[in-house]
Amino acid sequence: MADELNRLTHAALFEGFFIAGLSGFGGVLPFARRIIVDRRHWLTDAEFADLFSLCQFLPGPNIVNLSAAFGARHRGITGALAAMAGLLAAPITIVITLGLLFERFGRNPLVHHGIEGLTAAASGLILATALKIAGPALRIPASLAMVVLAFTLFAILHLTLPLVILIALPISLLLAARRVK
Amino acid sequence: MILLTLALLFAEFSILAIGGVASTLPAMARAVVAHHWLTPAQFAALFGVAQSSPGPNMLISTLIGLHVAGLPGAAVATLGMIGPSSTLTVLVSGVWHRFREARWRRIVQAAITPITGGMVLAAATFLLRTADHNWRLALISAAAAILTLRSKIHPLAFLAIGAGLGLVGFS
Repeated sequence: MADELNRLTHAALFEGFFIAGLSGFGGVLPFARRIIVDRRHWLTDAEFADLFSLCQFLPGPNIVNLSAAFGARHRGITGALAAMAGLLAAPITIVITLGLLFERFGRNPLVHHGIEGLTAAASGLILATALKIAGPALRIPASLAMVVLAFTLFAILHLTLPLVILIALPISLLLAARRVK
Repeated sequence: MILLTLALLFAEFSILAIGGVASTLPAMARAVVAHHWLTPAQFAALFGVAQSSPGPNMLISTLIGLHVAGLPGAAVATLGMIGPSSTLTVLVSGVWHRFREARWRRIVQAAITPITGGMVLAAATFLLRTADHNWRLALISAAAAILTLRSKIHPLAFLAIGAGLGLVGFS
């Protein structure tokens, strides 16, 4: 837990992550970094990188994990809840509103066409994300092999997600252990 | 009963989402179709809606819950998606800093990234195949992907342009 003097209040945790969540179109991470590191100086660059590496390391939504870990560091479990609530309050309200509109008007032919175009663009964005994540791996033969293996096990052999991880993770760990100094 | 099914399904994804939620998208699509909650096209559309909202990409779980069981469904799916992983994170974060120089930390990181890459690629393949049922839609996807990689244009702009093109009948 942070020093008594530097502990943030529940309200500060909620507010900081509320702003990050509300500005975070197409990924909250850069906005969270801007608020936590650049604006409020709650963490240094290195501390933020260390905290984010934990959240990438563990499963689940990275940025939600980050808010939980950061909140817990300051105010324990209730701090984690305050930070998570701040992060998700606005996005959840907005997405539920959009979802209800979609359920109500999604079958309207005009709206339907708009959604088709929107979905096509969103699919293109996720392809770009995939290429960004896989990009650095493509230069290392062992990593490229793991990208191909994970894809093949899931998308071509239709194995379940737990089974894919059970097979791919040990192999990937062995390959990484030989490479990482 | 359906709320329990939702909670367990997304709790499973929460724990299996290595490298982030995007790696569970193809499994999520498979599960909602298998449960007959959504068609692949409806899943792709909900994904598009989730992407148009600010916030983390786990919001797709909120929308699936909402579609399946209304507001209680949305609450249960969201909590399922964030509960297990954030609990784990809070438990581990206390000792994490101690291992900042540890070699195994770099090994696990190096091992996870390519698997995440392969899974997100699987998600992209699924969404593209589902969303692009003619060449004009495929063109929108290709342009969004290439311009995202090659320019600094805000992602929301592509979603707005895509929706706009659809509205004027380009799709």
